Amino acid sequence: MAVDTAFNMAPVATPFFFYMLSGIMLIGGILVITRKNPVHSALALITVLLAQAAIYLMLYAPFVAGVQIILYAGGIMVLFLFVIMLVNIDRAAKERTFNSQWLVGIVAATALGGLFVAVYTKGNNIFPEHALSVIENDNTQKVATMLYGQYMFAFEIASLLLLVAIIGAVVMAKKRI
Amino acid sequence: MGHDLMGQLVQYIQSYLSSDQTPGAAGNMFWVLVYILAVFVGLSIAVIAMNWLERKILAHMQVRLGPMRVGPHGLLQPIADAIKLLLKEDIIPAEADVAIFWVAPFMVVLAAFTVFIVVPFGPTHAVTDMNIGILFMLGVSSLSVLGIVMAGWASNSHYPLIGALRSSAQMVSYEVAMGLAVVSAIVMTSLNASGTGTLSMIGIVQAQQEQGVWFIFKFFPLGLIAFFIFAVAMVAETNRAPFDLAEAESELTAGFHTEYSGFRWSLFFLAEYSAMIAVSSIAVTLWLGGWLRPFPNLLSGSTWDLIFSLFPGVTFLFLAAMCFFNAVRMPKHPFFRIQTIGLAGFGVVLGLIGLVMLVPAVRIRVQDIFWFAAKVATFMYLYIWYRGTFPRYRFDQLMQMGWKVLLPMGLGVLILTATAGLWPSIQHSIWHP
Amino acid sequence: MEAMLHITTLHYLVLGAALFLLGVIGVLTRRNVVIVLMSIELILNAVNLNLVAFSRLWGGVHGQIFAIFVITDAAAEAAVGLGILIAFFRNKETVNIDEVHLLKW
Repeated sequence: MAVDTAFNMAPVATPFFFYMLSGIMLIGGILVITRKNPVHSALALITVLLAQAAIYLMLYAPFVAGVQIILYAGGIMVLFLFVIMLVNIDRAAKERTFNSQWLVGIVAATALGGLFVAVYTKGNNIFPEHALSVIENDNTQKVATMLYGQYMFAFEIASLLLLVAIIGAVVMAKKRI
Repeated sequence: MGHDLMGQLVQYIQSYLSSDQTPGAAGNMFWVLVYILAVFVGLSIAVIAMNWLERKILAHMQVRLGPMRVGPHGLLQPIADAIKLLLKEDIIPAEADVAIFWVAPFMVVLAAFTVFIVVPFGPTHAVTDMNIGILFMLGVSSLSVLGIVMAGWASNSHYPLIGALRSSAQMVSYEVAMGLAVVSAIVMTSLNASGTGTLSMIGIVQAQQEQGVWFIFKFFPLGLIAFFIFAVAMVAETNRAPFDLAEAESELTAGFHTEYSGFRWSLFFLAEYSAMIAVSSIAVTLWLGGWLRPFPNLLSGSTWDLIFSLFPGVTFLFLAAMCFFNAVRMPKHPFFRIQTIGLAGFGVVLGLIGLVMLVPAVRIRVQDIFWFAAKVATFMYLYIWYRGTFPRYRFDQLMQMGWKVLLPMGLGVLILTATAGLWPSIQHSIWHP
Repeated sequence: MEAMLHITTLHYLVLGAALFLLGVIGVLTRRNVVIVLMSIELILNAVNLNLVAFSRLWGGVHGQIFAIFVITDAAAEAAVGLGILIAFFRNKETVNIDEVHLLKW
């Protein structure tokens, strides 16, 4: 392997970063579902979300990565942490972590996993390999053109949905309506 | 084979010097690491200088002298503070959540330092130029809210919890106003010849260069109002006076970092000043023209270019002259001999840096960085000025101002800016339906 | 080994499937409502990963726009879900999901 290909342009050490990030995501995911303290789970989920944003950057989707960091890690997780602080009581710490049907749950998840494995091994040749070599510098502009052009209706519906969610959350968390 | 490797390494290092991109865009890992190291070192020096400047300037505004004993005119005070903090006992409160207690300061420091990879000190002087530069900066600086909430929760005590909740509520509220002001500046970038705007930080400054006007003066007074909204929101975002109810000493006994001592507290302190420099960099890039020198179009021509390029060297020589002046005015007592020599030596170092910056080869390379740093330094001085001047806002007044004053103002400025930008084509379609 | 070194779309899909499975296990086996909601966020993230991976494969940005909408809807759903949780907690003083059984036969 010549030295200059190691110093070559564009994606640097893609397999290393992919395996490192996917390792972080999987370990974080396992920590989310197994920790007793919900604040630890929230911290692990923040790690998963940030690693996910890095994987979006690897997939050449910088705008989605930015939205993920701002909305998910910087917005939704703050909401989760606030609510955890409000409902965290000592009695919860003494209860069992997993419920009584945990074995059935594991069996169902294993069945689902088997289904995934079957789909991905049998249907492997329906994913053709175009190696896209263009590094998009105008990803944001393309997303904006599509979002305000072809998907304008969905955009307006999403804003209406957010309005409904705001009103719903405020009404449900109020003490006296 | 060994020579071949060295030769290729040297060629790899030198191949970047002739390109006109940032090292991240050019894919050159060595220079990326050099730039990251330079940003890290520069930021540390800036935080240390900010510590000294804050105490001295605040003291002079309050008609007193500030630290004068530790070094000549207190110049070694930040170093003494750092040594004291490193040597302090590391206390963890009983029944505190140890994992979260450890992670919280690192989260805040991570958020404060990661934003600096897209801050543009010059057209090629950034670590990288992301397509989503400003979005990345706003997003990563909102991660510090998580660190503050975790710090308050993990301390297992009343004052930090209330302080953390208030702090994070304030930061989240003013992020909305900041975002709207930023969007109205981004709208202005799309009014150049090619018709598409950009979110990349270097692209925003280049749009100001193309349109020939700093965005603070564009569509007067809309750019000014947007800048004002951002300037107020950024002070509230970094929990500084007059919005520092959550961490002021007289209110909540230092808020969310009450239970942190020693090195962990210094991490919060470092992160606070780095966040101040980061949001000032956003304000400078978006509205004040980034690395562009003042009056690029009005006072153009090679003589004015020459005069403006002398500013860095002259500034350092002026600082050196002030050092010598104060060294002469030191008391003529044997106890002060070392301090006088130290101050004179510091003046000599500054003078040498100034002379190096007058050399033409260095002059043309360093003036972008100098103008950017000078503008950010103006913002730092404004931060200290606000702290010495304004009384503190009460928390409900603070939240009311964020949601009921700045948010409608931001929306109004955004709509008016977009209308003003599209006014030619609106006019055209009115008269030629 | 060489097949593992070249990262194809299938790698991202398998990662998404693994995250999805972890989320499903979390939803099915945990008792704390907040953890269940966080596992739902894991599931939504896995779906987003699939969408963006396919958007990269086929070259347009449609998958990324769908992913942005999914993130927006996840925010709305988390807000409403946590509102319901707070209202429920105010009544029953517990966050155990097994206690939500008033309508059981």
